[in-house]
Amino acid sequence: MAARKLAITGGRVIDPAQGIDRVADVLISNGKIDEVTTGSTGRAPDGYEQIDASGKIVSPGFVDLHTHLRDPGQEWKETIVTGTRAAAYGGFTTISAMPNTDPVQDSAAVVDDVVRRSAADGLIRVLPIGAISIGQKGKHLSPMGELADSGVVGFSDDGNPVVDANLMRQALSYSVELRLPIINHAEDKKIGAGGVMSAGTVATRLGLAGVPAEAETAMVARDLYLADLTKARLHIPHISTVGSLAALRSAKEHGVDVTAEVTPHHLTLSDEWVYGLKGKVPLTVGSEAYDTNTKVNPPLRSRSDVDAVIDALSEGLIDIIATDHAPHAPTDKVCTYNEAAHGINVLETAFSSVFQLVDTGKISVVRLIESLTSGPAAILHKDLGSLKKGFYADVVVIDPGRNWIVNPDQFESKSENSPLTGVELTGRVVTTIYQGDTVFDLSDVVASAGAKQ
Amino acid sequence: MTNPTTAVGNNPIGESAEQIATNGGSGQVLVAPRQHLLDLDDLSAGEINDLLDSAEGMLEIASRDNRKTPAIRGKTIITMFFENSTRTRVSFEQAGKILGADVINVTSSTSSVSKGESLLNTVKTLQAMQIDALVVRHPHSGAPYFIANHTDASVVNAGDGTHAHPTQSLLDLFTVRNHIGDMTGKKIAIVGDILHSRVARSNILAFQKMGAEVTVSCPNTLIPDEWSLGSTLGDETGFGGLNLARNVDEAVDSADVVMALRIQQERQDGGHLPSLREYSDRWGINAKRMALANDGALLMHPGPMNEGVEISSEVAHGVQSVVEEQVRNGVAVRMAVLYTLCAPGKSTRIGNSDSNSGGEA
Repeated sequence: MAARKLAITGGRVIDPAQGIDRVADVLISNGKIDEVTTGSTGRAPDGYEQIDASGKIVSPGFVDLHTHLRDPGQEWKETIVTGTRAAAYGGFTTISAMPNTDPVQDSAAVVDDVVRRSAADGLIRVLPIGAISIGQKGKHLSPMGELADSGVVGFSDDGNPVVDANLMRQALSYSVELRLPIINHAEDKKIGAGGVMSAGTVATRLGLAGVPAEAETAMVARDLYLADLTKARLHIPHISTVGSLAALRSAKEHGVDVTAEVTPHHLTLSDEWVYGLKGKVPLTVGSEAYDTNTKVNPPLRSRSDVDAVIDALSEGLIDIIATDHAPHAPTDKVCTYNEAAHGINVLETAFSSVFQLVDTGKISVVRLIESLTSGPAAILHKDLGSLKKGFYADVVVIDPGRNWIVNPDQFESKSENSPLTGVELTGRVVTTIYQGDTVFDLSDVVASAGAKQ
Repeated sequence: MTNPTTAVGNNPIGESAEQIATNGGSGQVLVAPRQHLLDLDDLSAGEINDLLDSAEGMLEIASRDNRKTPAIRGKTIITMFFENSTRTRVSFEQAGKILGADVINVTSSTSSVSKGESLLNTVKTLQAMQIDALVVRHPHSGAPYFIANHTDASVVNAGDGTHAHPTQSLLDLFTVRNHIGDMTGKKIAIVGDILHSRVARSNILAFQKMGAEVTVSCPNTLIPDEWSLGSTLGDETGFGGLNLARNVDEAVDSADVVMALRIQQERQDGGHLPSLREYSDRWGINAKRMALANDGALLMHPGPMNEGVEISSEVAHGVQSVVEEQVRNGVAVRMAVLYTLCAPGKSTRIGNSDSNSGGEA
């Protein structure tokens, strides 16, 4: 933990948990937040190192509830080292580790290993999520108490829905005492079996089997009723359909203890991206179509679904943004659409892509930052995601005017599976500070890239 | 890597006017050299007619006693079939051989795919052997598009998943044109598994492009969810103007062409149909239903037929059936396609060729 004293001066400090949105200085010492000043002096106090953030936004470090680190088991796709670097470059100072590793995080032994190696090798904080069922097979509950003792922050069989309604009921019920959320990938795989993208006009034109939105909605509705029955905490990952939102609204109004997340891609990309023209609808299907980097589960939905999740996030019906960062190797993506693996590499593009929603006036920057910081921290019940005195000094500096073109060759992630390749985005994290240490600074990256030439 | 070819404006989703290259608004389309044939949606009506004109000459060649020509002698064509097929594979092989090309057949069971080689590596391997054209049949929609991005050879889509089957559509257009001539305003009824049929998708676009009115009929379980029986599709669907009949009688009523599609056993197993018997009863094409069509209406089927299911034996082999003609025309049409792709810089009209290689034609 850094002993250094640091002053981040002159930026627009946005800390939704404290209701702060003002030009101020953030003072840090011993890896913790000392103070957010009432105004900015533009200078660092004596003995403090200075980061000049004038013209920039200063926010708590981002917290991601949904990260696939692939470690252990698929280290050719990502590791704790590369995944946490990618996270830091994207402004994240806390990420989760989804349990669909090999072996699955369904025992204290595996979770302890992830925790230990994350602390040793990770650039930022990693919080493990445990499996709901042994091997994520949906048959028998994992030792949830043991996993909770090892520090998991929730339970999920992500990728595999809990098909058996009774197992889901028991998992919810058992988790009540542990005070941890159940995170169920909601998808009835019998509805639209074999589907590889969202059902609709695009799927029909491309001749790809479609999954109807109702495959998600039906299981979201089931889970909400079971959460009501058990009075448990349910967290709905990557919510993506108009129907799911209606069910969520009804459940929240009814007092069900439920939260929901949406991914950057479901907020910004529609199924029209499968045409391979960055969302443009072509006259004729060309060989750029069937862009496997758009294959993800839940699938990219219709434009009306995209508009609905934006509105729901803006009003708070959807609580938070989570990345569902899912790195894949070229062998999983340089193939036919049917063969391609599900998943998008998100960490390093997450903020910039959703910041486009601020630029187009669809969501306020304060709400956006809340959904990346104090929102997820509240679901974790952790003292994170805020610049309160005494909290870890996890801070990001954002340049709202900075343009860049996404180039996965330059990702810190081990994988490059992004549909945003070549897309120009405005607004970028330029500095990430984790417990008082600078773990990412864009000017260093740019300088070293220049030095290579 | 698909050629930025010309396209006519009757595909409704378009927004890029620069893709439409017409010659002074006369409707005559400037045909750009074409590298691949992936679907018919990026061919103009003019380009299609050129191909069909070329197929006329090819049909004559294919019916000669000595039908060997040197038109694309020295070219190597590989047929790569990842699904079982008799008629399409043999048709391409015959077409290539008549034109003098060397044709090599690869099937998934005899290829390195059965040893776990990826499609990418298979294509790269074949590419390294200096081939001129790859004829691809694959169970995954879009596979020929993927291959086209990874090879310099011409790629011909011989059927991809549930997406497209452009040479089937060309031979169907050719067959109908030979009987009916101008298709403008003619009614084409397509009856069968629309949801899973690449023939249906390509033929809907192809016949519409030639000015025909297309109507489909099938159980509601075999159309996309966003379509409704009893409606006409809007332009936003990509199949604008397609009529979805409420029942089969409505579809075949006054039709000039009735096309039955193969219904597969797996549709019954997958729960789309109660039984093939019920399908036959409610959607099968038989003499009673053909009687609702116009006098002299053509009966077509892309094959292979399930006689007694989607088509009765009586009409399948009756006077209105052109099923065997379709197969015969398939060779001629595929000759035209291979000639067009393998003889770059030449007119698509074989008779107008200024080359020596096409001499006999």
